[in-house]
Amino acid sequence: MHDTLATRFPGGVVTLDTASEPAVRVRPADIVAVATFCKTDPALRFECLSNQSGVDYPKRDEIEVVYHLFSYALRQALVLKVGVARDHPRLATVSAVWRTAIWQEREIFDLLGVDFVGHPDLRRVLLPEDWVGHPLRKDYVEPESYHGISTKRESML
Amino acid sequence: MSSIGGVEVDVVRDGIAAEEMTLNMGPQHPSTHGVLRFVVKADGEVMREAIPDVGYLHRSIEKIAEKVGYHGFMPYTDRIDYVAAMPCNQGWAMVCEKLAGIEVPRRGEYCRVIAVELNRISSHLIAVGTMGMDIGAFTPFTHALREREHINNLMEELCGARLTFSYMRIGGVAYDLPPGWVAKAKHFLDRFEPLIEEYNDLISFNKIYVERLIHVAVISAADAIDYNLVGPNLRGSGVKFDVRKDLPYSIYPELQFDVPIGTGERGTLGDCFDRYMVRIREMQESIKILRQCLDGIPEGPVLGKVPRKFKPPVGDAYVRIEAARGDMGWYCVSDGTDYPYRVRVRTGSFAAMSIVDHLSPGLMIADLIAVIASLDVVAPEVDR
Amino acid sequence: MKELVLQLTDVAGPFRFVPYELVAAVAMLLFGAVVVFGFVLPVAGITSWLERRVWARIQSRIGPNRVGPQGFLQWLADGLKNLLKEDIIPSAADRWLFSLAPYLVVIGFIATFAVIPFSDVLVIADLNIGILYVTAVTGLVVVGVLMAGWSSNNKWSLLGGIRSAAQIVSYEIPAGLSIFPIVLLTGTLSLQEIIRAQGWAPWNWFIFHDPFTFTAFFVFFVAALAEGNRTPFDLPEAESELVAGFCTEYSGMRYLLFFLAEWGNLYVIGAIVTTLFLGGWQVPPVTTQPVVLAVLQLGTFFLKAYFFVFIAMWIRATLPRVRVDQLMTLCWKYMVPIALVNVVGTALWMVLVPEAVGQAVAIAMTIGAVAVVVFFFKRVRFHLRRAKLSAADYYYSPII
Repeated sequence: MHDTLATRFPGGVVTLDTASEPAVRVRPADIVAVATFCKTDPALRFECLSNQSGVDYPKRDEIEVVYHLFSYALRQALVLKVGVARDHPRLATVSAVWRTAIWQEREIFDLLGVDFVGHPDLRRVLLPEDWVGHPLRKDYVEPESYHGISTKRESML
Repeated sequence: MSSIGGVEVDVVRDGIAAEEMTLNMGPQHPSTHGVLRFVVKADGEVMREAIPDVGYLHRSIEKIAEKVGYHGFMPYTDRIDYVAAMPCNQGWAMVCEKLAGIEVPRRGEYCRVIAVELNRISSHLIAVGTMGMDIGAFTPFTHALREREHINNLMEELCGARLTFSYMRIGGVAYDLPPGWVAKAKHFLDRFEPLIEEYNDLISFNKIYVERLIHVAVISAADAIDYNLVGPNLRGSGVKFDVRKDLPYSIYPELQFDVPIGTGERGTLGDCFDRYMVRIREMQESIKILRQCLDGIPEGPVLGKVPRKFKPPVGDAYVRIEAARGDMGWYCVSDGTDYPYRVRVRTGSFAAMSIVDHLSPGLMIADLIAVIASLDVVAPEVDR
Repeated sequence: MKELVLQLTDVAGPFRFVPYELVAAVAMLLFGAVVVFGFVLPVAGITSWLERRVWARIQSRIGPNRVGPQGFLQWLADGLKNLLKEDIIPSAADRWLFSLAPYLVVIGFIATFAVIPFSDVLVIADLNIGILYVTAVTGLVVVGVLMAGWSSNNKWSLLGGIRSAAQIVSYEIPAGLSIFPIVLLTGTLSLQEIIRAQGWAPWNWFIFHDPFTFTAFFVFFVAALAEGNRTPFDLPEAESELVAGFCTEYSGMRYLLFFLAEWGNLYVIGAIVTTLFLGGWQVPPVTTQPVVLAVLQLGTFFLKAYFFVFIAMWIRATLPRVRVDQLMTLCWKYMVPIALVNVVGTALWMVLVPEAVGQAVAIAMTIGAVAVVVFFFKRVRFHLRRAKLSAADYYYSPII
């Protein structure tokens, strides 16, 4: 499958990542094109975005967004990985391709701070609207209190 | 999509200025399944949109996983979906086993499947019972819970807990089946199987009930796949896909069972009634699986050899298992230490919540209740 | 009633000098008070207890069984508790309307007892517009419910109040239309006259008089259930949607008054159905002793009316709720046309069908109904036996 993608998107857009489970690394700028291709190409037909996660790699100075694709028609799976810079992470949204990404990306924005360009409704989904910070980052420090409620459990009483 | 502002908008229709009502179906409500909030913009009884507002049960389980370690995370997985906790346990155990390449002994696998299928039955009992209760029929709920009590008794005997089991461990299960348990379980199945028919007589084909559910919130197969609906929600729209059959794991390849899908028998394909009937039929299939497992369980150990300090090699793994609410995707990244680097659970209810505001325009408020019940959303799965 | 009062003014010495009207008025008020406090309120309370027990048995649980023998005093305990509760009126609510609404609802249902007969002579006021009075006065409930929904200053209550108002007003039509066949048959609106026009034997009851009154019975019963906000038409208080509908903001005694009205209304529904269709207090002529006769008639009427209360409880435990648009469709598209057909059909029957054929049809229908009831009881006995057999080895515990 990597070969199909490589032929379609030449020039180092997609590279095979065999560090762990075989995955295809995609350049951040081309993610939407690759995603659309994955969905529409008759040999691939990945109509389902099974999972979209964000992983924070401070050592590599990137946040990796992992897309697990699945095809119900052809019963095959594919993993796409995109690395975005950690300081101001911006990535194009794939919610136009798979509508389930609308909420998945909201969660990644909420917990990791990745800004998805073109997202129809990018706001926090799990945390309150006025929460500061992105908890799932490795360097996240919990605020001392929230609306006057202390976050340190001083005592039971 | 508009913001959750609650601003009343003057709508001019037929030359008469009408006001749109913004209602708050708040976090505390008798029939949202858990703490869920909907901001409903309604024009009288008909909704214009219902925007879900989740996060009231967010416990940052994924961050906690990075602090408690692989073994220590098992009790937290129960709380991801406390109604059907066994499949969550199994998902976590399987993703760790995949990372480290551990094999589970045969008897352990059989114990796992028995526990998961029993839990699937009890979860579906709650699902159909609360659906009946939300529609207004209070009796099927109590009958369903009466059956669930027996399953809880069995579970209590098996692992000591009635709701949040923590029964599985990485490499197998924690406790072997107690003596006499298999006979009790078979006795329960003999009791329970004809009761599903009784349940159908009582509520499933009741005219008022059917009229409430057919043609409501029809989700086409394409929409269901696009929004990543899973489990009975997906099968209710006609897509014949079950992780146990199509991406089999554990001992499922050796078991004979059918995958029920929605057929549009009473209304349109993919309406609330289809999803409901899929759950009823899945209970019957689970009984079949249970009978095969209980008859064919082999001897042997139930827990494989797994070191105390569980250090899987660097890498990541993605595992899908069929939980009661659909397939759960478990993605775990390991950095070689005995604390996971990143755990991500993608649950069926999260996607189901995301489709609510797509379905809601044009529905009535009473239908919103039916939709949430038919999608079988539980708040802890949405928020983790 | 008039005879009683005349007896009192003649026999008892001091009352000779008091004008008859005053004595009559006081007597009626007293009688009304006795009926309301001695009969209506206890029956409404006991209905709440019975409903919880019946519900529980249908749902394979037990129900209240602690307070008093078999939990019989539960309703007293609930009433006492609610009287002692803090009286909370939401600050944004309209105080006067909020306080007034429960009373309007209760008045709407208690006032009907002025015409409901208990026996041949035991009736507070045998108005010659009896049934019209009942239909009119129960309309007061609509005002009360709307008031409750509006004054709570809560959108969910408002929704509940509006739903309820629409429901009650709509279902007045088929209910009223179903009364017409009876009025045609008897030529009078007075409840006592309607009962006297029937006989004690089932084939003399209006329900079996002709197929059209038979249908009218069912239409009336369903419409009356809808008017009483009972399942399957209990959207206004749909617990799972609107918390408690129009009475969400109410607490304590005010809340209980709404439910008192609902349970009491069940009895009113039963009483009206019995009066119109089932022969009321008519008993076979076994005795002429006035006291024994009164007791027999009272007992018959009460049992027949309470049977319908029981049926309503049964229905509530079994059936789900209909949606608002389905409810309106049912009323306007199905029940109103059927009710109209009943009126015309009864009129035609009265004119065209000769007496003997009518009697034969009535007897045939009675036999059919009795056969259905017998078959029903046989099925119930079968199911009970089967449940008992399986219950024996059903429960097992992991400990034992």
